[in-house]
Amino acid sequence: MAELSLREGYGRALAKYGEVNPNVVVLDADTSASTLSCYFAERFPDRFFNIGIAEPCMVDVAVGLALGGKIPFVNAFAALLALRAMEQIRTCVCYARTNVKLASHYAGLSDFKDGPTHNSISDIALMRALPDMTVVVPADGAEAAAWVPIVAEFDGPVYLRLSRAGALPAYTPGTPLTLGKGLTLREGRDVTIVATGSMVGRTLAAADKLAAEGIRARVLEIHTIKPLDRDLVLKAAEETGAIVTAEEHSVIGGLGGAVAEALAASRPTAVERVGVADTFARTAYDPESLMDAFGLAVDDVVAAAKRVIARR
Amino acid sequence: MAYQRESLILELEQRARDLRLDSLDLIHRRGAGHPGGALSAAEIMAALFFHKLRLDPARPDWPERDRFILSKGHASAILYAALARRGFFPAEDLKRWGALDCHLQGHPDRLKTPGVDMTSGILGHGIAIGAGLALAARLNKLNYHVYVLLGDGECEGGIVWEGMMTAAKYCLSNLTAIVDFNDVQLDGPVHEIMPLEPLADKWRAFNWTVLEINGHNLRQVLEALDTASEVHGRPTVIIAHTTKGKGVSFMEDQAYWHGIPPNDAQYAQAVDELRRAA
Repeated sequence: MAELSLREGYGRALAKYGEVNPNVVVLDADTSASTLSCYFAERFPDRFFNIGIAEPCMVDVAVGLALGGKIPFVNAFAALLALRAMEQIRTCVCYARTNVKLASHYAGLSDFKDGPTHNSISDIALMRALPDMTVVVPADGAEAAAWVPIVAEFDGPVYLRLSRAGALPAYTPGTPLTLGKGLTLREGRDVTIVATGSMVGRTLAAADKLAAEGIRARVLEIHTIKPLDRDLVLKAAEETGAIVTAEEHSVIGGLGGAVAEALAASRPTAVERVGVADTFARTAYDPESLMDAFGLAVDDVVAAAKRVIARR
Repeated sequence: MAYQRESLILELEQRARDLRLDSLDLIHRRGAGHPGGALSAAEIMAALFFHKLRLDPARPDWPERDRFILSKGHASAILYAALARRGFFPAEDLKRWGALDCHLQGHPDRLKTPGVDMTSGILGHGIAIGAGLALAARLNKLNYHVYVLLGDGECEGGIVWEGMMTAAKYCLSNLTAIVDFNDVQLDGPVHEIMPLEPLADKWRAFNWTVLEINGHNLRQVLEALDTASEVHGRPTVIIAHTTKGKGVSFMEDQAYWHGIPPNDAQYAQAVDELRRAA
């Protein structure tokens, strides 16, 4: 895992992008050394605002900056940004449609050291239920970096969900990224595994294992949970007849929920959801073993693929 | 100063009466709205919209305009009345407030109504958003001023104080808050629901310049607004002592009239009282 962690990729890219877009301003809630928004702060101290441990206030200040024509990136731990600042995000960002970018760090189980208070396994469900919100989940550090200019140049609220940890490499730098358009990372006709975030790399590993057993799994990366690339998902359902979803999030309401809703509406298909069961996780020594312990192991994806094929 | 001419005071007093009459008309016609906190803010709104704010109704998006955030968004009736009378949209629109296809929402919506700088209605947001707008002015080298009108009950919420700390940290002298301190909220007297006093000391302790006035005395309102524009290096709050339901005898100081529309007889009496006071 010599790859850049998601936060490293994001933090470096944000500081770099600050050079080309003087309208970008950055806010943090006393976590800049963790979110790595500190790289931007060092280079552009006049465009960086540390609001202290007050996530709702930080979002509202960003709303004001956006009203004044700036492009604010707010940075905080996902558990706090998505929960404490939820009302600000709903009312003042989404409803008022202000051009605020919500960089949400330490998402999923990646804050393995602090445990469930700082895990964030419900944020995708919450954010995607908000009208006018766009939800993006990069798969690795290189992809996190590639999203920064795209998110900044999109006119409207974006929730950019980032992990603290590294991830198995998934993104090939230079691959064009488009909001709302998923990527087909691997072709296959026996089953489709739709993955997002840190589970993309794990899903590619699972597809290798399945291939060794003669099962050809298609792998889709859905980086934009909302708006969902329904066409890509429906086509996969039609061609493979069995869908697995994989995400570092609760099995309720996240990617699995979004995919199941799309399929139920247009093409009912057997779905198995890989995610954190409806439970709080625990503290661990490292993120990988924590993910393995809470249903996100490569073998969990393999087993889900076999189950859904049997149900087809 | 020029505005201390009696004529300006008299003109703005008439504006305040018009805004009160308009607000009650709006609320009565719609059968919904918040009369108490609209009536208490009439002089403040008159001074802002007919004298202090640098606005151009023909260009609601003019980058250099002063910004106004009605943080107590439930008092929308008086904001709509002021915007219509300033020419941001036809007065005819007011009659359709609340209709499904009308741009005037229950609470102000910046995307639908010209002249509304920020969507509001949920309490507490104005100071922090105003701080962001004031920071943006500094970054963009624009010299607009940001005014935030908030309620007293609103000050019970923590985010108001988070925003106050932020505005003080960044020395935002281009931000002025006005507290419509009528001491009545939905459930009863503010001093019983959650005592705020000593409110001025609290704002002072948060490093704001504090001005305390009678919010129905237009001379005091105008002087405070001018003083606030002159303060350097820190934001200013004007704590305006007001009467909820001001100008309508049976509404004054009554929590009942926080969010209840008058019936036909009550409306007729209210209009009569306001007209006779003129």
